[in-house]
Amino acid sequence: MSNQIKVIQDKCIGCALCVKSCPFGAIVLVDRPEHPKKLKLAVIDLHKCTFCGACMEACKKFGAIELIKEEPINLDIDPSHYRGIWVYAEQRHGEISPVVFELLNEGGRLAKKLDVPLSAILIGSNIESKAQTLIQHGADKVYVYDHPIFVEFLDDPYSDILAHLLEQEKPEIVLMGATNIGRSFASRVAAKIRTGLTADCTALDVDLSNRNLMQTRPAFGGNIMATILTPRHRPQMATVRHKVFKPSQKDESRKGEIVKKPFDAEKLINRTNFLQFIKDTSAKVNLADADIIVSGGRGLGKPEGFRIIEELAEAIGGAVGSSRAAVDSGWIPYSHQVGQTGRTVSPKIYFACGISGQIQHLVGMGSSDVIVAINKDPHCPMMKVATYAIEGDLYDIVPWIIKEIKKQNS
Amino acid sequence: MDYFLTDEQKMMIDLARKIAREKIKPVREHYDEKEEFPWPLVEEMAKADLCGVYIPQEYGGFGAGVMGLVLVIEELCKVDGGIALALAATALGTFPILIAANEEQKKKYLPEIAAGKKLAAFGLTEPEAGSDATAMRSHAKKEGDHYILNGTKCFITNAGEADVYTVFAKTNPDRGARGISCFILEKGMPGFEFGKKEKKMGIRASVTRELIFNNCKVPKENLIGKEGHGLIIAQGTLDASRPGVAAQALGIAAGALEEAVDYARTRVQYGQPIASFQGIQHMLADMATEVEAARCLIYQTAKMMDANPGKRTTKESAMSKLYASEVAVRVTTNAVQIFGGYGYIREYPVEKMMRDAKITTLYEGTSQIQKNEIALSLIKESAGKK
Amino acid sequence: MNVIVCIKQVPNTTNVQIDSTTGTLKREGVESIINPFDEYAIEEAVRIKERTNGKVTVLTMGPPQAESALREAIARGVDNAVLVSDRAFAGADTWATSYTIAQAIRTIAEYDLIICGKQATDGDTAQVGPGVAEMLDIPHVAYVKKIEEIKPNYMKVERMMEDGYDIIEMPLPALITVVKEINTPRLPSLRGMMNSKKAQILQLTAEKIKAEKDNIGLTGSPTQVMKVFSPPPRQGGMKIDGSPEEVAETLVSKLKGSQLV
Repeated sequence: MSNQIKVIQDKCIGCALCVKSCPFGAIVLVDRPEHPKKLKLAVIDLHKCTFCGACMEACKKFGAIELIKEEPINLDIDPSHYRGIWVYAEQRHGEISPVVFELLNEGGRLAKKLDVPLSAILIGSNIESKAQTLIQHGADKVYVYDHPIFVEFLDDPYSDILAHLLEQEKPEIVLMGATNIGRSFASRVAAKIRTGLTADCTALDVDLSNRNLMQTRPAFGGNIMATILTPRHRPQMATVRHKVFKPSQKDESRKGEIVKKPFDAEKLINRTNFLQFIKDTSAKVNLADADIIVSGGRGLGKPEGFRIIEELAEAIGGAVGSSRAAVDSGWIPYSHQVGQTGRTVSPKIYFACGISGQIQHLVGMGSSDVIVAINKDPHCPMMKVATYAIEGDLYDIVPWIIKEIKKQNS
Repeated sequence: MDYFLTDEQKMMIDLARKIAREKIKPVREHYDEKEEFPWPLVEEMAKADLCGVYIPQEYGGFGAGVMGLVLVIEELCKVDGGIALALAATALGTFPILIAANEEQKKKYLPEIAAGKKLAAFGLTEPEAGSDATAMRSHAKKEGDHYILNGTKCFITNAGEADVYTVFAKTNPDRGARGISCFILEKGMPGFEFGKKEKKMGIRASVTRELIFNNCKVPKENLIGKEGHGLIIAQGTLDASRPGVAAQALGIAAGALEEAVDYARTRVQYGQPIASFQGIQHMLADMATEVEAARCLIYQTAKMMDANPGKRTTKESAMSKLYASEVAVRVTTNAVQIFGGYGYIREYPVEKMMRDAKITTLYEGTSQIQKNEIALSLIKESAGKK
Repeated sequence: MNVIVCIKQVPNTTNVQIDSTTGTLKREGVESIINPFDEYAIEEAVRIKERTNGKVTVLTMGPPQAESALREAIARGVDNAVLVSDRAFAGADTWATSYTIAQAIRTIAEYDLIICGKQATDGDTAQVGPGVAEMLDIPHVAYVKKIEEIKPNYMKVERMMEDGYDIIEMPLPALITVVKEINTPRLPSLRGMMNSKKAQILQLTAEKIKAEKDNIGLTGSPTQVMKVFSPPPRQGGMKIDGSPEEVAETLVSKLKGSQLV
C-alpha cells in the first residue's frame, strides 16, 4: 500500500490553516459552489506533498485531513546491534577543525543520555598525535587511520574507509561538521551504506524509547524548522552546523582508547588526485570560524567603502563579510559573501553596515548572537532584527566605533 | 491594457525585461555618470538575439518587424533610455539598407548587424542642415569605380562605435532634394574620421559624435538605390524609425510612472502614504492615461507598417513620435515632482529619466517638424479627395 | 563531451514576504524558478558544450510543473530535457532522490560529466549531488569554483574550501557540484526560447527507470520528517540614538558589558 493523504470533505471548512502550514506549498483552496454555505475546500497536490503531516497537525481542531503512512518495510537491520555515538574528527592540514570539539560536547551529552561510549574517527596523515587531544575533549575511543593516502581530503578514499568502518563497528549515531568537507563526504558515505543523513542540524536530541535521534534543522533558509528522524536505518547520520553548540572543555586527565584498524591502502577506491592547495590570503580571519563579523553592503556606495569595514574588523578582531549586492558590484570577492548564495555564519557579533537585510542575507546570518545594524533607513528589515539598531550614515558612525574600541583596547 | 500580443511578442518582452532588470539596472548609474559606451550590455543584447528582432529571418534576424523593435525598445527604456539607444540607433542606420539596398548589400551587412557583431549609425544631419536636410553640404563625386565623399555630419548617434554607416550626400547639388544619394560607409575607410564627442544633458550612455569625410573613397557598389534617391530613402527610414524613438519615449515614461507609483505608495507624510492624497492621485491618473494612449498609438502604427510593407506611414509615425515624446517629458517631470526633493537627487532614478526624456522631442525631427509632417499629410489627403 | 545537468525547481524567495504574525513565508503567488545554484551548473555545461562540441541534457525530478524549469534551461542553451516524474517519487528524501536520479541517468545516456548546483535553496542540504555520484559509482568533487581543464577522460578543477581552494584532477565520467563563483549565467536567447517552446521533453516514470519500489518516494527514504514548525521570530532589540560619538560609546559599552569584546 502506498502513502495516502486526503481531505475529508464534510469536515473541511476552508479555513486555510493547512494551506499556511504546508512547507511545500502543496495545498490550495478551491471554491465549492455546491456547498450550502459556499465554504471553500482544501485540495492537496500529491505531486508536491511529502506526507510530512504538518497540515494534519494544523487541522487538529477539525480533523479534516487524514494521512495513512505506508507500512514501513522491514529492512534487514536490527537496531539493537547498533550502539554508540561517533564523531568524525575532521582535520584540515593536520589541525582538528573547531566544529569537532562542539560535536564532542553535544555527542557526549547524547552518549550520556543513551548510556553509550563516545568515539571519534580521525583520518589523515601524521595525525596520530591528535588522538590524545580528542580524548581530552571527551572521546572515549578514537579510531585512527594514519596514512599518506589521507594527507589531503578526497571523497573517494575517505568515504570508502569510513563506510567500511561503520559497517564493521555499527555505531547508532554519527555526527559530522556541516563544513564543505563534511557535507560532501557524509553524503557519499550515507549513500554507500544506505542510511539517512540530515544536513546542517542546529539542534539534536534522542528519544529514549526507541533511541531515535531527533535532528532539527532549518529549511527554506531558516524560515521553517523541521525535526527529522531516521527510524528504520542505522547509523543515524547528521551534519551539524558550526558554532551552534559550545565546544567541550579540555580535561588532560581523561583516558581513552586509541584503536588502529589494519587496512590495505592499495585497495581503497581512489580515483581523484590532489594536486595543490592555494591559501586564501585576502581574508585575515576565516568567515566560518569568526566570532565577530563586520559586513558591508550596498550602503557603502563605493568599493573604497570596504576600507572602513576592514579597519573596524581589524580593530575588533573580526572577519570581513559582505552582502550579495556588494559582491555583484565587484567591490569585494565572492568568498566574503554572507547569505543564501554565499556562506551561512553565526558569529557572536554581526555588524551589518549599510545592509538593508534582504531575506537572502538574513537567512545567512540570522542566528548571530548579537546583530549591530548601522543604516540610514530606520525601517529596513535589518534594523528591525538588530539587537542594536543605529540610524545614520555609516561613514559618520563607524570611525567613532573604531576610535572607541581602540580606546578600550589600549 | 491587453494588446493581444502573440506568444512570440510576449517572449521578446520577457527577455528584454530580464536584460533590463538583471543586467542594465545595476549599472545604469555608472554609464550615465561616466558617459561610457555600454559595450558589455550590447553583448548581452546580442547573445539574447535582440539586435536582430526587426531584421528578416533570411538575413539572420528574428523577423519580428517594427512591432518587435518597438516592444524591445520600450521594455529596455523602462530601465534606461540611453543604453537601449545602441540598439535603436543601429536600427535607424540599418533601415536604409532594409528599405532600399540590393540583395548583395543586404547579404553583406544585415547578418552581422542582426547577430549584434556590428552596430550601425545614420548620417543625415549637418551643422547647417538640421530640420532642413536639403541644405546639406556633404557631396559625393563619382570618379571611376568610386565616389569621393567630402563633408561633415553632426550629432550622429553611435558614431565611432558603429562599424556600418548609412550616409547621405549630394551627388548632384543642382537638383536640390533630388540630388541627394545614400551610401554605406564602413569604419576604417581611408578619409573617414570621427569628430569630438558631444557632452549631453541626458542619454549619456549613448555616444554622439561627428562624421568627417575628407576625400573619402567609397566604392560605387556602396551606393544604396539609385543616385538622387537619397531623400526618399531618408524619408522612408524616418517613417520606419520614428515609432522606435516613440517607443524609447514610451519606455522612459512608463518607467518613470512605475517609480512614481511605487514611491507614492511607500512615502509617508502626515501619517499616511502620499498616494492617498488626491493631488497625487490625479497626477498619477493623468500620467497613466497618457502613457497608455501613447502606447496605443505606437503599437497600432507599428502593426500598420508591418502589415503593409512599402506603404508610407509618415503621418502615423510622426503622430506616434510627437505624442509619445511630449508625454515622456510631461510624465518624467511629474515623476520628479511626486518624488519631491528626492526626485532632484541623483541617487533616485527619476531625475535621469527626466533628462533622458527630453531628447525624444528633438532628434529624428523636433516636435515642430512632426507637426509639419502631420499637417502636410492632412493637406495632401484632403487635396487628393477632391 | 556530453554533459548532464541535474536541476531542481524551487520557490522564488527573492521577493518573498514574511508573515509578521506567524513568522512564516507568505506563499501565495510565489513563482517557481530554477534553483539559483543550478543556473551556474547549466551555464558551465553549455560552455563546455560550446568548447568541445557535445550535447547537454538537463534532468529534473519533480512534479509535472517542473517542466517549465526544463524549458527555461533549453532557452539557455541546453539541448535535451528529461523530466523524472511519478507520484511514487513523492516524499523522497535525499537518499531516495539520489537513487532516483541515478537510475534515470543510467536509463538515458552515455555521459562524460554530471554537473549539479552546490545545493538547492529550499532544502539546503547539498547532499544529492555527492549521493548521485556514489550511486553511479563515479568520483565527484563538490564546491567547484573553476574548471581548469577538461578533455576526454580527464578534468582538473578548483574546489572551494573555507580557507582557500584545492586543485584536484580526476578521470571522467565524474560529477561536480558548482558554486556561484564559477561563472556568470547568460540570459536566455530568443532563439533558445523558441526552441524551448517546441522541444520534446522525455518523461520518465518509476517503471521506465526500473526503480525498485523500496528505494523510492517516502517508502525508500531513510529519513522522515517528524514535524515542521516555524522558528520564533527574532526579536528586534534597541535603538541607539545620539551623536556618532555617543552612539559609538553606548554600543561599545553594551558589547563590552555582555563580554563579547
